[in-house]
Amino acid sequence: MSVDEKTVRRIAHLARIAVTDDEVGPLQGELNAILAFVEQLGTVDVTGVEPMTSVTPMAMKKREDVVTEGGRAADVVANAPETEDNYFLVPKVVE
Amino acid sequence: MNAPVDPKKLIKGGLHDWEVIVGMEIHAQVSSRAKLFSGASTEFGGEPNDHVSLVDAAMPGMLPVINAECVAQAVRTGLGLKAKINLRSVFDRKNYFYPDLPQGYQISQYKDPIVGEGEVLVDLPDGASITVGIERLHLEQDAGKSLHDQDPTRSFVDLNRSGVALMEIVSRPDLRSSEEAKAYVTKLRTILRYLGTCDGDMEKGSLRADVNVSVRRPGEPLGTRCEIKNVNSIRFIGQAIETEARRQIAILEDGGKIDQETRLFDPTKGETRSMRSKEEAHDYRYFPDPDLLPLEFDQAYVDALAEGLPELPDAKKARFVSAFGLSPYDAGVLVAERASADYYEAVAKGRDGKAAANWVINELFGRLNKEGLSIESTPVSADQLGAIIDLIGEGVISGKIAKDLFEIVWTEGGDPRAIVESRGMKQVTDTGAIEAAVDQIIAANPDKVAQAKEKPTLLGWFVGQTMKATGGKANPAAVNALLKAKLGID
Repeated sequence: MSVDEKTVRRIAHLARIAVTDDEVGPLQGELNAILAFVEQLGTVDVTGVEPMTSVTPMAMKKREDVVTEGGRAADVVANAPETEDNYFLVPKVVE
Repeated sequence: MNAPVDPKKLIKGGLHDWEVIVGMEIHAQVSSRAKLFSGASTEFGGEPNDHVSLVDAAMPGMLPVINAECVAQAVRTGLGLKAKINLRSVFDRKNYFYPDLPQGYQISQYKDPIVGEGEVLVDLPDGASITVGIERLHLEQDAGKSLHDQDPTRSFVDLNRSGVALMEIVSRPDLRSSEEAKAYVTKLRTILRYLGTCDGDMEKGSLRADVNVSVRRPGEPLGTRCEIKNVNSIRFIGQAIETEARRQIAILEDGGKIDQETRLFDPTKGETRSMRSKEEAHDYRYFPDPDLLPLEFDQAYVDALAEGLPELPDAKKARFVSAFGLSPYDAGVLVAERASADYYEAVAKGRDGKAAANWVINELFGRLNKEGLSIESTPVSADQLGAIIDLIGEGVISGKIAKDLFEIVWTEGGDPRAIVESRGMKQVTDTGAIEAAVDQIIAANPDKVAQAKEKPTLLGWFVGQTMKATGGKANPAAVNALLKAKLGID
């Protein structure tokens, strides 16, 4: 599997990463090198091996249905470039 | 999917008849105190960003921990939809960018949902019923809320809803008209409310629908579908389907083709319009969320939840029909809300089930509707209504006086039996008194008496006069018998 220039531009856009024309070529090379590493893994015979979801076998931890957090709106918006009345303000997005 | 086509359900175009095919994705907010992956409150409203944990705000390093109750609620819902419960399911990241989605992805379930195939039995207004297939139900996070009307250049973002648990319930494209679609959502909402897994409050957005609509000429393969996003009332669902089907028919009859796309229904303009911005977002690049292990439980856990389920509407309806002798229609009306069904059962207990149903449906529901009240806020309790029905049964009051009594209890409250006593509303069963009234009327109307011998239907007029003369308190059966005898009518 390998990616072409068009795919590089597309995934960059989907990830909202600005990629200049000059960068597309080198990025394509880097991504294809990574994909080649992964392809090597594909040659390993895994017949009869269960897919691993965790390093140690364990069940997912669950929480009780109890309200334990909240009431810290000022902290939540503290890093935002723009706020008003503890709302985040962003450039207008409307359908 | 290729059931016989009902010609009544077809839409007439300019050239042909068309069949509309509808499938739905319902987003139902899980009833829980805390969010799906954080300990912040799910309470509606609240000050901006007050019900937000650092997990919901996607602060770096925060990790999601699943709320066990949300899992239980999804399993209960699956059981209520007679669906396959998957003992192992997986959470995936659905990647897209939007200001009210701080993580840059929604935690959802893609390939391995918690609930698989099920079905919903839907009763239609004409008395027929259809079975709608459920494809799957999965758990996912809700997004935050954006306000666009606060400022000319800024949108305001509130994350209080961000991370609240939703169940996305996906139906098969089994619906063939806007009526069927509305009946399906109504029934699904009833089931969720019985189960207590979603409050079904559409005004607060607890239940929202994405509606997939396509049209075809009967017998042809499925047409290209459009998805109408986020329709938030049952009435609008019906309107959106009608509007969209007609739009597609007009294009096809003009020789055009339908583009598969996402559209928005505008109820004020009565049209659907394209949401082009959503198109490229369809590449969601799902992958298993590395922060969460697979969700696993055993059959014993499912069985324990099944034990605790309430009686569901279909079973309750069948029981009302067999135990109380109700018509399926009346039983259906009574079970539409659990509170109505409970109220009815309290009234019917130890009484005639049909009489109780008539009073609850015609008098009580009629009056509640008129005042815009719900059954929870009825001024007439089940005990009070039961007492009114008892008074009729015992022959203490007539059915007509009972309606006046109902009115008094509605507006003033009080014990119906005491009211009858204190206001002299008791039915006159004393034949002497009734006879005096009858004799008076007969004496005053010799012409009518003569006619009545030829025309027995005039009896009704005499009954009316007698009831009027006795202030409605005469026992109608006694009046009838006396009049028949005196007028010589068989």
